[in-house]
Amino acid sequence: MRDLSDAFVELIRLTSTDLSPDVVKALIAAREREAEGSAARDAMDSILHNIALARENSTPICQDTGTPIFYVQYPPGWSTLALREQIRAATTLATTRAYLRPNAVDAISGVNSGTNLGDEAFPTIHFEEVDDETLTVDLMLKGGGCENVGMQHSLPNTALGAGRDLEGVRKAALDAVNNAQGKGCSPGILGIAIGGDRGSSYAASKKVLLRKMDDSNSIEELNQLEERLTSEANQLGIGPMGFGGETTILGVKLRGLHRLPASYFVSVTYMCWAYRRRRMIVHGDEVIYE
Amino acid sequence: MIALQIPLDDKDIRDLHLGDSVSLSGVLITARDVVHKWMIETFIRQTREPQGDDQQVYDIIQPVLNGGAIYHCGPVVAGLDTTEYRFVAAGPTTSIREEPYQAEVMHHFNLKAVIGKGGMGETTLAACREVPGVYLHAIGGAASLIAQSVRSVQAVYKLDFGVPEAIWVIEVRDFPAVVTMDAHGNSLHADVAAHSKMVLEKLIGAD
Repeated sequence: MRDLSDAFVELIRLTSTDLSPDVVKALIAAREREAEGSAARDAMDSILHNIALARENSTPICQDTGTPIFYVQYPPGWSTLALREQIRAATTLATTRAYLRPNAVDAISGVNSGTNLGDEAFPTIHFEEVDDETLTVDLMLKGGGCENVGMQHSLPNTALGAGRDLEGVRKAALDAVNNAQGKGCSPGILGIAIGGDRGSSYAASKKVLLRKMDDSNSIEELNQLEERLTSEANQLGIGPMGFGGETTILGVKLRGLHRLPASYFVSVTYMCWAYRRRRMIVHGDEVIYE
Repeated sequence: MIALQIPLDDKDIRDLHLGDSVSLSGVLITARDVVHKWMIETFIRQTREPQGDDQQVYDIIQPVLNGGAIYHCGPVVAGLDTTEYRFVAAGPTTSIREEPYQAEVMHHFNLKAVIGKGGMGETTLAACREVPGVYLHAIGGAASLIAQSVRSVQAVYKLDFGVPEAIWVIEVRDFPAVVTMDAHGNSLHADVAAHSKMVLEKLIGAD
């Protein structure tokens, strides 16, 4: 099996320093909606200026380079042990090159490992064997500020008047946006999973953020809810950075999971505007980055 | 744009109002969760004895903080191996985590400006009125841009707290921020939250 360590370093560099075009496009549109001379407009200008600088200088878009979360789809015959070692080696190397901040802190001792390597979940690596000859690796860098404002509701919720249906999901999601205010670095993107258990639900609410900004949900009623939630969240007027303004949320991505009869979770992962996720495709000798 | 030069006096602070854009210059320190806890426990509430270089570090940062500023930031730093440090990414971290500590730290050091993101709560707002001081909101995530206003890294203390949590003494020039909590009892964060709560109640039809 070939050594992809260098390719993984490049994937990390690209993800940390060069925001995907679909996200930049959404941010430019958000800037246009804010009133000239407003704090919200100035904030969007700074955000766009920062994105350009980070790309030009190959420096991190945000100093919180987050939890690195890798989603690896590998062809039969590949070794996940070897891939894991290569990803961990690349993570350390990317840290010494200042593409990543050393972020792995031992929860018990409080000691920062200095290398971005912690236990088996730091960095997080999800492996899935696929019936394909292509290796596909998605990397998401998930910052702590926005992770902290994520929320999981167990429905029904009497205070919100939220029952176990999509109307209840709508209420729970809007409540999460209101609670977040600007603390998750708005304008953000919501990944929402409905159902599952507490763990699978939160995991799915992150993974759904691998979708493109401007795609639509293949399930029509979820598609409608995504659009309605985006529009209603923006009526809250929280705006960029919580300064007040037109755009609080750039988009919403929903998915359902099978659940137990007893449980109905709505898990909301809040992704900041620095929505860093990139894909690497390895086919034969060729490595392509998207 | 209002130019501010550290050290700041009471008049500088009282002249500032919600929504003012400022451009800050001078020497300040980064301090976030671990440092705030350390300051409170060791020197303010004194629930633990100073250990190791604690007292020495306190004596160095105390004059920097008198009339000075704290930046809630855990930077990405180049040159860790050579100690020729350079900030390459240095946006603000979420400030509300320091709410249990900030007011006491402001009073203790005569700290005039707290820089971060997301705003802070009522206890800090009261301290802004009393000290007086202001909360300055930097643009969250604009890390490469803000790093350009960091002209030099003068020193680092408590590096054993980890790179993000250490005390970095930095000289900034034209650091951009917006006043979102002033010394007159006003908080943009409280205003925005009150408005969004009202809209939310309409949208979900809650009691």
